[in-house]
Amino acid sequence: MQLKKGLVGLITVGLLAGATVAPAAVLADGHEKDIRIEVVSHGQASDPFWSVVQNGVNAAASDMGVTANYSAPGTFDMVAMGQLIDTAVASQPDGIVVSLPDADALGPAIEAAVAAGIPVISMNSGSDDYAALGILSHVGQTEYEAGLGGGTRMGAAGVTKALCINQEVGNTALDLRCQGFADALGAVGGTSEVIAVDLADPAATQATVEAALTADPEVNGVLTLGPTGALPTLEALNSMGMTGEIALATFDLAPEVLQAIADGTMLFAIDQQQFLQGYLPIVMLTLHNQFGGLIPGGGGVVLTGPGFVTADNAEAVIDLSAEGIR
Amino acid sequence: MSEAKRQDERVRTRNPLQAALSRPSAGAIIATIIAFLVFTWPLWECVGDAQACTANGFLTPRGISNWLEVAAQVGILAAAVTLLMIGGEFDLSVGSMIGAAGMVLALSIAEFGLDPWMAALVAFGFALVIGALNGWLVTRTGLPSFIVTLGMLFLLRGATIGITRLLTDRTQVGGLREFTDGDMFVQFFAGDLIIGDFSISASVFWWVLVTVVAWWVLTRTTFGNWIFGTGGNATAARNVGVPVRGVKISLFMATAASAALLACIQVFTVASADVLRGEQKELEAIAASVIGGTLLTGGYGSPIGAFFGALMLGMTKVGIPLASIPAEWYFAVLGIVLLVGVLLSNWVRRRGTGVRS
Repeated sequence: MQLKKGLVGLITVGLLAGATVAPAAVLADGHEKDIRIEVVSHGQASDPFWSVVQNGVNAAASDMGVTANYSAPGTFDMVAMGQLIDTAVASQPDGIVVSLPDADALGPAIEAAVAAGIPVISMNSGSDDYAALGILSHVGQTEYEAGLGGGTRMGAAGVTKALCINQEVGNTALDLRCQGFADALGAVGGTSEVIAVDLADPAATQATVEAALTADPEVNGVLTLGPTGALPTLEALNSMGMTGEIALATFDLAPEVLQAIADGTMLFAIDQQQFLQGYLPIVMLTLHNQFGGLIPGGGGVVLTGPGFVTADNAEAVIDLSAEGIR
Repeated sequence: MSEAKRQDERVRTRNPLQAALSRPSAGAIIATIIAFLVFTWPLWECVGDAQACTANGFLTPRGISNWLEVAAQVGILAAAVTLLMIGGEFDLSVGSMIGAAGMVLALSIAEFGLDPWMAALVAFGFALVIGALNGWLVTRTGLPSFIVTLGMLFLLRGATIGITRLLTDRTQVGGLREFTDGDMFVQFFAGDLIIGDFSISASVFWWVLVTVVAWWVLTRTTFGNWIFGTGGNATAARNVGVPVRGVKISLFMATAASAALLACIQVFTVASADVLRGEQKELEAIAASVIGGTLLTGGYGSPIGAFFGALMLGMTKVGIPLASIPAEWYFAVLGIVLLVGVLLSNWVRRRGTGVRS
């Protein structure tokens, strides 16, 4: 009995801790208004990439004087994510930010938000699908072109046979990166093969990469699609003694990735500057609420990347990455 | 002989409260009410002020439809999983089965051009075969079902990813709307019933239907007695002529079929299938069953309890983001709520049945 009361108390404390006092934004006519924006992404809390996005959301919320709540499903499950969006709509916020890895599955939930008169902005994935759903604008990187850029650089570095390590099989955006990469290599006579790995299991990822490299000794380049693929791949190259022999590049940054670039064990990183993907939609939706429907660029894609981090600028980016900003 | 001793204990009268609390579902109902009060707690101050009452969305028509749907998706599985657990076995493969059956359904429609109802038949047939295989392996080998279905969890998920990549070079099959739009059959899985401001999804009706069927089979049919007998004491059941092996195999087929039903609902609703659908759903279904009073050791449990277990889980999953609890605390809060739910359910059951430890 005592135990039960204690636990119920714990929940209550959790609820109290979660309920923050809403700051207020100033409207055009001088009135203050409490603006609340719900952010629903597909990025699990354990993914270092998404914690930077979340930092961007939090920084923008405190800079703009609005409330922003960030949520994401526990696994890469689009049905669960659709339900989170439905939940956000039910709370009638002043704006919703979503990532859009599967427009088919998330479409109905987003259309319901739009129909309820809530302004929606997409970020990260979904640059090809957002407009058809009535989403105001997209903040992100166009994936195919980013993969193409990576492939061109790899080809210039002499890579002829490459692996594309995909840690989120099923995410259309990641499939496009691999495709752009393969097309750019193909243009200079090279090939690329997709290897699927599990982002929640670094040991298995490392083993998969080692097996793929052992199976085909002609592979001389590896592109990973994020830090969750890059770090185990670095380990795999280390343990096989092949560091530096194989050209390794990755999408997205992490402190270890930057260190590897600075050390020369990694060729380059394709940076989509995802801090901006968290930060900008909050700013845009706040201004949209404050000043009667402002939206930049007539609702086009606001590009946050690609930027390339190479040995030349890696040192400068390291400090910011450790702070969770890049 | 004294008067008290001659009275047959089977016809003794009981205090009605005691009788109500001794039902397996009592703990789950109380846990559901507490969850409801906790998640509407920020709204209590608004009594009499309709505007404030809708502030966090939990009690709006959209919010209620929302947590009912989330609960339904767990509850459809939990009803079948409860019967299997009463029968003394586990099925960890239902989560993977959602992904697998969903992919069978979507591929049948998009790749092989079957009508939606035929594709659904294929998906159910596939699930029933795998379910029977699970049951056959468990009853033949005598291995714990935990291990057999754990193997099936990985096998199904892996085969789904592999075969889908082989056939389509992708891991999502989308664009089903052009095949399913305007199809009456699809409406049975994906439609919504609009009552005033409420939009109740088909899954909620399936949830109620599956629960009622499970309850009726368990408490009103011979087969139900066989399930209790199989899970309570398999040897004794066999000795009185219960076909223990057949009972277990049919129960494994029932859990697989419930996963196929959920797969149909998900695929027809969102018009796409994804090889990763349903991850961890097997654990949620078991959690709902256990909150609902079902014992892990078999022989005791209730589909009505599982219904409320699922309802509590649905309220919690929707209530956490609505209470603005940061996403990184989601699992921690969910874990606390589950533990409280199970402890409460267990405590009520011990009180109700008069067991003292």
